[in-house]
Amino acid sequence: MTRIAVTSEGPTLQDAVDPRFGRAGGFIVVDTDTMATSYVDNGASQVMAQGAGIQAAENIVNAGAEILLTGFVGPKAFAALQAAGVKVGQNLENLSVGEAIERFKAGSVSFADAPNRESHS
Amino acid sequence: MIVAVASGKGGTGKTTVSASLAATWERPLVAVDLDVEEPNLHLFLKPSLVSIETVNLEVPVLDAERCTLCRACTELCQFKALAIFGKTLMVMPEMCHGCGGCFEVCPTGALKPGSRELGVMEIGHSRGSIPCLTGRLRIGESMSPPLMRHIRHRMAEMASDMSADVIIDAPPGVSCPAMNAVQDSDVILLVTEPTPFGFHDFQLAWEAFTPLKKPMGVVINRAGLGDDRAYAFCKAKGLPILAEIPYRREIAEHYAKGGLLAELDNEMRWTFASLQEGLDRLHGQDPRAQPGDPVGECEGGRRASSASGRSPLAPDQGAAHA
Repeated sequence: MTRIAVTSEGPTLQDAVDPRFGRAGGFIVVDTDTMATSYVDNGASQVMAQGAGIQAAENIVNAGAEILLTGFVGPKAFAALQAAGVKVGQNLENLSVGEAIERFKAGSVSFADAPNRESHS
Repeated sequence: MIVAVASGKGGTGKTTVSASLAATWERPLVAVDLDVEEPNLHLFLKPSLVSIETVNLEVPVLDAERCTLCRACTELCQFKALAIFGKTLMVMPEMCHGCGGCFEVCPTGALKPGSRELGVMEIGHSRGSIPCLTGRLRIGESMSPPLMRHIRHRMAEMASDMSADVIIDAPPGVSCPAMNAVQDSDVILLVTEPTPFGFHDFQLAWEAFTPLKKPMGVVINRAGLGDDRAYAFCKAKGLPILAEIPYRREIAEHYAKGGLLAELDNEMRWTFASLQEGLDRLHGQDPRAQPGDPVGECEGGRRASSASGRSPLAPDQGAAHA
């Protein structure tokens, strides 16, 4: 079983992938065996003055995700996800969450070895 | 007396007013530029530089062999400067506000003091006798309040040693740096302009500073422009207008050459002399007798997020946490 977290603008597979990681609206966590989904709200990270990426990384690690599909990840969040052993698929904005998962299952998501956004601080 | 010259909107004339007030002040004075992101009081006061000191913030450095991943520090840190992922304690010194709490709660001594450069403090003398303190934030540094605290500390020492008054050129806005700059002051001098933008931010500044319960006075710069809403607002809130600087071409030309407004002509000389008298009068007043409704507890400025929190170990940070 693999758990994937996808940054999402809403709680359903039809919602758009939220391009932001740290300040994403929430995460849809999908179990790839059963395709059961759950939604993790990330609202508390959205309003943080700083450290949203770190908080978001903690949220998805606590949800048991091993893979993250998203748009952009900054350097601190990326380092945190690497330390936690979470693989990161980036640049998946402009898709629905369902489409991003299909793309992952088809094997066409490559995993990043570097962040694709500069630090805010 | 410590006077903080502040505004909501940038570019309303804080530095113009600060420089002329400082240059014509009739008692011993320390001039302080706390707009550390873009200090420019020196452009008008032209101090000769005496020294430049580097200012550092104490931040944690990890001794990974001693860390037991107990989470005491990560639970304490309000700023996500410390976080545990997998079997690693990540330390992000650029996020640290320097409260020192992590050193205190670490049971194994795994966190050692290191430092992050915040910027510099420049000390100089203007016009023979006015000590000038200028903070200059390091390019890339995102937190100005810790540097401002360091400068305020030196400011207090110098003012006490010299029995001097202080004029602070504050940063614009109403968030943490602006609140930090005015918190030591006895009087807040708000500089505004009667334009819609100026008036909008002037209201924000009044709203942000009112809970500090300090006497406030107003300078209307570029008087003659715009409309009379700033005047009506001052009247309604009982804010005394201590000076008006007219919207005149000669003033802009004099300013553009780096001249001191108080030295332009007799009218301006008189304007700044009466401004000092007005400030002295305000200082003598009981601020609680001022009309106007306080807006409740201040959270360190309108735009400061509540989630940025406040470390229980750093009560002195107050409004200075961003």
